[in-house]
This record gives sequence, structure tokens and C-alpha cells, in this order.
Amino acid sequence: MTSPLGPQIVSILAKQLPNGPEVSLTTNIARDTGLDSVAIMDFVMDVEDEFDISIPLERTTDVETIADLCAVVETIMDEKS
Amino acid sequence: MSLFAKFDTTKALLNEVAQFGRNPFGMCFDKVTSPTHGVLDGQDIVLFGTNNYLGLTFDPDCLAAGEEVMRTMGSGTTGSRIANGTYSGHTALEHQIAEFFGKDAAMVFSTGYQANLGLISTIAGREDHLLIDADSHASIYDACRLGPAEVIRFRHNNPEDLARRLARLEGRPGDRIVVTEGVFSMLGDSAPLAEIVEVKKKYGAYLVLDEAHSLGIMGAHGRGLGEQAGVEHDVDFVVGTFSKSLGAVGGFAASSVPGFDILRVVCRPYMFTASLPPASIATVSAALKRLATDPSLGQRVQASGRRLHTRLAAEGFDVGPQPNPVVATRMPDPATAALFWNRLLDKGYYVNLALPPATPAGVALLRASLCAAHTPAQVDGLVAAMTDVAKSLGNHLPPPLRIPAE
Repeated sequence: MTSPLGPQIVSILAKQLPNGPEVSLTTNIARDTGLDSVAIMDFVMDVEDEFDISIPLERTTDVETIADLCAVVETIMDEKS
Repeated sequence: MSLFAKFDTTKALLNEVAQFGRNPFGMCFDKVTSPTHGVLDGQDIVLFGTNNYLGLTFDPDCLAAGEEVMRTMGSGTTGSRIANGTYSGHTALEHQIAEFFGKDAAMVFSTGYQANLGLISTIAGREDHLLIDADSHASIYDACRLGPAEVIRFRHNNPEDLARRLARLEGRPGDRIVVTEGVFSMLGDSAPLAEIVEVKKKYGAYLVLDEAHSLGIMGAHGRGLGEQAGVEHDVDFVVGTFSKSLGAVGGFAASSVPGFDILRVVCRPYMFTASLPPASIATVSAALKRLATDPSLGQRVQASGRRLHTRLAAEGFDVGPQPNPVVATRMPDPATAALFWNRLLDKGYYVNLALPPATPAGVALLRASLCAAHTPAQVDGLVAAMTDVAKSLGNHLPPPLRIPAE
């Protein structure tokens, strides 16, 4: 799966993991990064700021990979426009 | 695969922490002898981790009220308010709480957790929007999961971020409900309430304020951060607990929003659980009278909080942002925190060990809660013990925990 937002979101997560694993669209955010649940929510807030949107908590419950998160962000941006 | 294999990561963390000695999440005191003292494995311990802010757990008036009511009304209610009936004490306490906060009505819940769970999950309906501080207590997060409303987090103590998120909701149907706390339980910092009130008024939102860690402590009359910030009338729902300043168990919600009373028949965490035992109601009522007539209790705990915060900072510890009755000290990592916590217990001082993800920003904390019954000597004793432990750990403690010179 590709996403036009992918590089931006990958970059935001990579900034949180300066010494962490390489991040890609297929990175499983919880399993592959070592971030705990609070850190993951903080990462999501950085994504919200980047795109000037709010991502309701319930929209993130099925998100596992960066690609999943990209899809949620795209949907919310579509709703906004 | 074992049913509990899904918790293997948590179990590994627990084992890692327990290797330093005690299990910090399974502490069992032989006995607790006063608001500030307990006995652990035969050793006398000064308690700095109880949230017993006003020290009323052994207050003679509260104990007498509880003993009397337990003898005359029995040990428990054996059921819920809606199915098994309300005792006169429940109603009287609700009137007392409403009067104390200057609200039209109040409801008593069986715990503070359930007060948040019940109020927040019920008042926010399917089209509504909950805007919660990112560092909210677990009871607020759990309330969000229980209810049907959309849930949006705003950056901790950041009214501008809250305003941005409310602005993004423009044109969407439904009510906006903002949730924040008087004192945040982990770092001990307070919400910028006056600024949050300005934002909520601008966007026509309701405000829920959890005063769990500020009731009896902040404000000239102990009504919490709402009173201290001078914005009580703009707080639509006050939530709190009886298990901290009031020395018992239970929780409450108070409000002047018209129609509030309907919650008694639609709020599931209120309806489908046993009501508080009469003795707990009686001790809470006595404690509330005590704090309403004795502002020195709150002043004493505030003074102790300032003393501990100032002296730990002077010794080079990285303490929380505000000198409140919760004083958190940042540790470099969970293992050091666990070791430090054990060494403090060896020296006779009990604080709380708080580890991620229960803490903000992934920090490991030693969390002390002050009590009106603490003496200055006890506070200084904790500072000295922490300084000694820091010295003994030497290079095991990298910055920002700066080790005082020998």
C-alpha cells in the first residue's frame, strides 16, 4: 500500500526514535518501535499537529501500522474538505 | 498458549522491577498505625505515599461518627441505590456536598473511579465530543472507552491546543465537553484553569473538573482548584473522591446543570453497583464538616508540599513543575527508580514508584504525597534519606538527577 502522506508520517515517527529501528509504512507502531501506549498517543498528537486535524481516540483502535494510520489521516482530511 | 501469555511483556517488566527486592505493586503493610506511620515486615515506616492529604483517617470525630452509624445502621447496604434503596445518610451527604460546592445537586458514587466513569461516559452522547487533557487519569480514559462520544485529547495543560481542537469541530453537531484535573496525580501539577475556562466559554463547551487531588487543599475553603482560580461558577461538573482528603472511600459529582438528577436512572456505574456502607458515608460527612471549619489542614499540607519540593530541588533532584502536595521526583530509568524506591524503604520511608505507561512522557517517578499530619522533621527526614540514597548510588544516576557533592 502506498500513501501520499506516508513520508511525512514516517518522518515524524523516525524523529521519536533517533536510535530506533528503521521506520517504514509497514512498521507496526506498537510491536516494532518499543514505544509504550502513552508514547504512541503522543506520536499521534504530533501527526495531528502536522496535518492540523484531530484524530479521535476511537479511530485509532484498529491502527497497527503506519499505513493504517495514513489511511485514517486521509479519511479525516477528506471529511474536513 | 497460556490464556495469560498476552501479558508476558508486563510480567517481564514486573519481574525486572521485583529483582531489586520488594514488589512495588503488591505492598502489604503489617498494620497502619496513624496517617503517617505504618509497619512493614516489622519495620516502622513513615508514609509518604498514601494520598491521605488531610490525615483524617484516624480523626476522632470521624471515627466516632463511623462507629456509631455502623452499630445502628449495619455494616453494609447489600445493594444498589436504585434496586435496594437509598439510606438517609446518602441523601444527606449529597446535600452536604452540593452545599459545600455551591451547586444545585450532587450524586455519591461508590468510588472516585466510578464517579468519573459514570459521569463522563453518560453525559457525553453519540454525537457529542469529549476533549480530555492528554495526561488524564485512567478513570477518565476508561470513561471515554465506555461511552459513545468522540474522544479528542488536547496537549497537557495547553489551553491554546484545546482551543485549536474546539475550533476544528466548528459546524459539527453535538455538545463539547472538556475534562481536566485540579492536580494531576503523577507530576503534581495543576491545570491552568482560568485560561481553560476562557476557552470553554468562547466555544460554548461544558467543563468537567476532577478535584480528586485538590479537594480540601486548594482554595480558601478547600473547595479545590476551581475556588483557588476564582472560576467555580464556570465549572459545570465537579468530580472528586472520598478516598484521599476525606479519608474513606467513595466518590461524587456535583453540578447545577439543569436536569442533572436524571443521571440516577441512566448512569450505569451508579446504578449497577452496591452503594457505600453507612459507616463510610458517616465518616465522609464528618470529614467534610472538619475541613469546612478548619482551613489549617489544607494550609499545613500545602506548606509541607512546598517544603519537600523546595528542599529536594535544592539537593539537586529533578522535581515536578509545581510545589503541590504531590511531589514527583524524576528518575533516570525504571530500574534505577525501583532500586532507589527499595533503598528508601530500607531507610524507613514509603513513597510511590510510578513507571510508564502510567506516567507522562515515559518518565519513571518517585511520587510523594504529603499529609497535614506530617511534621517538618518528617519531611526533612525524607529529603535526607533521598539524598543519602542518591549518594550511595553514585554514578548509577546520570543527569538530570544531579548527585549532591559528598
